[in-house]
Amino acid sequence: MRHVKGSCCTTIKSIGVSSGKTQILHDVSFHLHCGELTVIIGPNGAGKTTLLKALLGELRHTGSIQFHDPSGEERRIRIGYVPQKLDLDPNSPVSVYDFFAAMISRRPVFLSKGRFLHKKIGEYLAEFEMDDKLDRRLCDLSGGELQRVLLAVATHPAPELLILDEPVSGIDSNGMSVFYEKLGALKRERDMAILMVSHDLHYVAQYADKMLLLDQTVLSMGTPKEVMASDAFKREFNVFVEAEDR
Amino acid sequence: MEAIYECMESILPFSFMHYDFMKNALLAVLLLTPIFGMIGTMVVDHKLAFFSDALGHSALTGIAIGVLLGISEPVVAMTLFAIVFAILLNSIRRSRVSSSDTVISVFSSTAVALGLVLLSSGGGFSKYSSYLIGDILTIRPAEIAILAVVLVLTLIFWIFCFNKLLQISVNSTLAASRGVPVKTIELIFILVIAVIVTISIRWVGILIINSLLILPAAASRNVARNMRQYHLLSVLFSMAAGVIGLVASYYYGAAAGPTIVLVSAVFFFATFFLKRLVRN
Repeated sequence: MRHVKGSCCTTIKSIGVSSGKTQILHDVSFHLHCGELTVIIGPNGAGKTTLLKALLGELRHTGSIQFHDPSGEERRIRIGYVPQKLDLDPNSPVSVYDFFAAMISRRPVFLSKGRFLHKKIGEYLAEFEMDDKLDRRLCDLSGGELQRVLLAVATHPAPELLILDEPVSGIDSNGMSVFYEKLGALKRERDMAILMVSHDLHYVAQYADKMLLLDQTVLSMGTPKEVMASDAFKREFNVFVEAEDR
Repeated sequence: MEAIYECMESILPFSFMHYDFMKNALLAVLLLTPIFGMIGTMVVDHKLAFFSDALGHSALTGIAIGVLLGISEPVVAMTLFAIVFAILLNSIRRSRVSSSDTVISVFSSTAVALGLVLLSSGGGFSKYSSYLIGDILTIRPAEIAILAVVLVLTLIFWIFCFNKLLQISVNSTLAASRGVPVKTIELIFILVIAVIVTISIRWVGILIINSLLILPAAASRNVARNMRQYHLLSVLFSMAAGVIGLVASYYYGAAAGPTIVLVSAVFFFATFFLKRLVRN
């Protein structure tokens, strides 16, 4: 796996994760290139979220993650992360400003708002048409609005790799299209690699550059067309259908 | 201390201010309640109410072990035991056992029972019964100074760690992705809770200490629209309940700790119904 100069590349090499005696992931290896949207698909329990947590450094794992910038230099990768959901109660008093400020600033958010910080966060949110929601509580936002706030947080400071864990669950089809178009703009304009877990094969086929079929290890990887034509995909897909029929 | 007493008497020309024990109690309340108001916000956000309750209950075993080991100052034994107990409970909580509340309850009940058995053997429990409801009127100036130091240390911890605690409460994986050492910050936070709870237990009481931690923050949560309001109102509710409860307990001849909790409960229900009223 040698890196070619000209485009930044993240090399995920032989990742393995165990919980007790159970092997959740083994020998997971693949490349992620900047400016590409790669979507991980797989059955429930395949280890998709586990893989993301391993990449984020939250879970102990074997193997390595290497990042090479466009000049071919290896350096520490900056990762942005969009979780599937937030742990918020219905009356949680955390506002969008509080959440964003806590993420990017050392100024304790229980103190008065910093004028400069307030303006800066407003500008960051404006990139996702969310600046008018700056003082709204997170728990009062719709699913689509919350995802855009999470995207704004994850892309500031700008990461080389953006990781999203099933970010479109609970969003209507119109919201899904808007979300995928926003991701498309991010990868083109900011040249970041995007790795996402998703179940929406219809949208994945339409918007993803690469698809990775995972079930404890990489079963297939390539363009959506290639993966969806693979035997592994058909096997896993049939399993889904049978499971749903039951 | 005399200068502080004189200052208090001139600002508050009430009959209860004629007694030094009431002045000491008021000073203690003014130092303790902001700590509870502040810490309570994140105890509620981190869903640690049950956890901190168990921590309070562990104090009895701490006292008992202190007595067995011949440690003259119960607070030292209580704090050391609470730290060990907190680390143990935290590891259970982090293990993501589906019924971690049940396991915490088992540990809590065991700690209470063990403490009661050890302290009551030989029929000598009555001298420890004051720990159950506390007695803030017995606080001495040297202990008030300790509370002042605890308040300053808590403020320093809060200034440096509040944003990190907020990040973890919203999503721990997201916090980790932003470079927050989640396990370390969580561990420091529970140790801070353990130390604050055990230091205060003598004056507040095992049975009600958790209420002082939870009620002001829960009342504030009913009406706050952001973290500044949440924090400010929690501290204000806590301090107001402390002062009103202390003064009310003097006039009604009741125990101070439970009276303070009752006032906090009034704040909670008032804000709860206010929220419903506004929503409707």
